Amino acid sequence: KLQSSISDPMTSPPPQLRSQVIALYKNLLYMGRDYPKGYAYFRDRLKSVFLKNSGVKDPDQIKVLIGRGEFVIKELEALYMLRKYRALKHRYYEKDEATTSATTSSSDKEAPTKTQ
Amino acid sequence: YIHIINKADMAASKGLKILVGCKRVIDYAVKVRVKPDRSGVVTEGVKHSMNPFDEIAVEEAVRMKEKKLAGEAVAISVGPPQSQETLRTALAMGIDRAIHVEIPLAQLEKLQPIHVSKLLAKVCESEKPDLVILGKQAIDDDCNQTGQMLAALLDWPQATFASKIEPSQDSKQLRVTREVDGGMETIDVSVPAVVTSDLRLNEPRYATLPNIMKAKKKPLAKMSPDQLGVDLQPRQEVISVEDPPVRKAGAKVESVEDLVGKLREKGLVK
Repeated sequence: KLQSSISDPMTSPPPQLRSQVIALYKNLLYMGRDYPKGYAYFRDRLKSVFLKNSGVKDPDQIKVLIGRGEFVIKELEALYMLRKYRALKHRYYEKDEATTSATTSSSDKEAPTKTQ
Repeated sequence: YIHIINKADMAASKGLKILVGCKRVIDYAVKVRVKPDRSGVVTEGVKHSMNPFDEIAVEEAVRMKEKKLAGEAVAISVGPPQSQETLRTALAMGIDRAIHVEIPLAQLEKLQPIHVSKLLAKVCESEKPDLVILGKQAIDDDCNQTGQMLAALLDWPQATFASKIEPSQDSKQLRVTREVDGGMETIDVSVPAVVTSDLRLNEPRYATLPNIMKAKKKPLAKMSPDQLGVDLQPRQEVISVEDPPVRKAGAKVESVEDLVGKLREKGLVK
């Protein structure tokens, strides 16, 4: 379904990679529940991206793509954290309150966008 | 109820036992809608998640474990059956075990911080934590009471609106930096103590799917208010819940005469 490993075993990627890809898909799908534009929007795009790359057979290429997927997971985590922090700060704290030096270092990153 | 901890150097001891409170609330990003009968807000089919300030509390407990300041971290939630999902998130973030005090649906809507703090106090009697960390307030009721009430019931010191928790200079107490109006206040509290978390205490980690799956293996105990001997009689009655009034558009005036004229029109000036 996600990867066409039905073909010749000589050119098929190793089975561990297949399960890694499936796990990546499941993890990304789980994270889609919190996506600002909605789960359906996220799921449709996630599905199409995985289908687009489903023909890739070269194990090195697959590892690169898995790496890219894991990077997206990190970006989403940062996005969710930043959104939540900003929403709470806006709701609970005075507008021109001086921000303390405390633990805001990593929260001041620019919100990353979802990459292909 | 008195619980005295061995005042040995914290770094040398086994580490603090931490109890963290988590509440299941409507997700912070959801647009809350008032029910047509004005009895409350719509919760059916609405996305719920852990109170953001409680996530910060859980994160702090896990970080204290990682720093070896704490030995064991236990999460507790008072709420409906679905609160188990909230506890599972806490376990996924690194909490060791969880306690669910299940509240029957009929009493859920009338549950107040006074009841929750009494339930937590009872659990503290048996669990004997060295530190209780709660979110400073829940984003649904915004009471900001449970931590303070719990400290009073247990006769423990409290450090609310914490933006930093660390061992004190002599390592026998906790040094807590608090966010107060006009700045920060640093106090030393002896343990056991109650601390409530403020926004800038830390940035909580995301509970990823693999961690959620692993969390299913961690112990989750169930308790009932009857077992704990706490009376859940409501002390308040909600008369009505309404949307905040719509802000009317303001009007710009060109001159002082205009302003006085408009004020006269509205009968605010003679």
